[in-house]
Amino acid sequence: MSDSENNQAFNYAASVDCIEQRPATERQITGQSPLHHADLGTVAQAQLGQTGTVQLTELKLLGHLILRGRLDNVGFTSGVKLTLGLELPGTLQMVVDGDISIRWISPDEWLVVVPGERSYEIEQALVNNVQGHCAVINASGGQTILRLQGEDVQKVLQKSVPLDVHPRSFPIGKVVTTVFAKTQAVISRTGDQQWELVIRRSFSDYVWLWLQDCSAEFKLVITEQ
Amino acid sequence: MFYIYCPHCEEHREEEEFHAAGEAHIPRPLDPENCSDKEWGEYMFFRTNPRGIHHELWVHSVGCRKFFNMTRDTQNYEILEVYKIGEKPSITSAAAKLPAQSKVQEGV
Repeated sequence: MSDSENNQAFNYAASVDCIEQRPATERQITGQSPLHHADLGTVAQAQLGQTGTVQLTELKLLGHLILRGRLDNVGFTSGVKLTLGLELPGTLQMVVDGDISIRWISPDEWLVVVPGERSYEIEQALVNNVQGHCAVINASGGQTILRLQGEDVQKVLQKSVPLDVHPRSFPIGKVVTTVFAKTQAVISRTGDQQWELVIRRSFSDYVWLWLQDCSAEFKLVITEQ
Repeated sequence: MFYIYCPHCEEHREEEEFHAAGEAHIPRPLDPENCSDKEWGEYMFFRTNPRGIHHELWVHSVGCRKFFNMTRDTQNYEILEVYKIGEKPSITSAAAKLPAQSKVQEGV
């Protein structure tokens, strides 16, 4: 069966079950971010009002949805457009609209970040709207996002990644998956001095320790979301 | 260190992000059941080890996680060409013989 025939015949929504993955609030189970043990909230309270040259904020408990599909599958691209109101970004690009963002990961993979409380609803809508040979995967529990901002963040990144982070080769809106210290991160520039790192849950403690070491010569301040 | 152009990310990246995955253009026999032991053994285990131009399979493992081919000179490590899976190399040496194209998987 050719790809196009397959796209016609395959009903994605009928082939998957969507499961609410967030902890149930009615049973008083609260969600914990991978950096829960670091107690960033208390540190942020103690540092309230300070401004550092490296400011770290964990954007915790967001919905991370991974989209797989080919750009020549119209049922996939139009379904995503219909659901999110955003076009899938091209190579190494990121698009943001309010609290929803899409990052390019590979030629047939994108990461959609949505507010945590809306992740189930958006996942269901995506599953129902896309057609053909594609996939929607909820990876919310597997990763977290760190936002870094300040004048010395570029120097922190220069110590951590093997690529050029100068605005000349890393403009605002670019996103790359690369080596970060001894792990990997999806790094995007969201502002002149603002960056976001999507990191693996299991490596979040390592990245947190690395960032503290790395920023020791600068002024690291933790802020709350 | 190599500075490798990834044809999927469309930019150069450090070698640290990549892994070499062996020789390129090794087509799987279409009818493995009826292969002789020699044919299957050569497909499975035997690789060329040329001095000069070599076609290799690489993967951008800490990046887009896609495989691609690379033509590299094993004498001076120069990367001559990078091309996607399914494409044919434009630079080949007369000595580097590609496997016979009959009765094997297409597009590799």
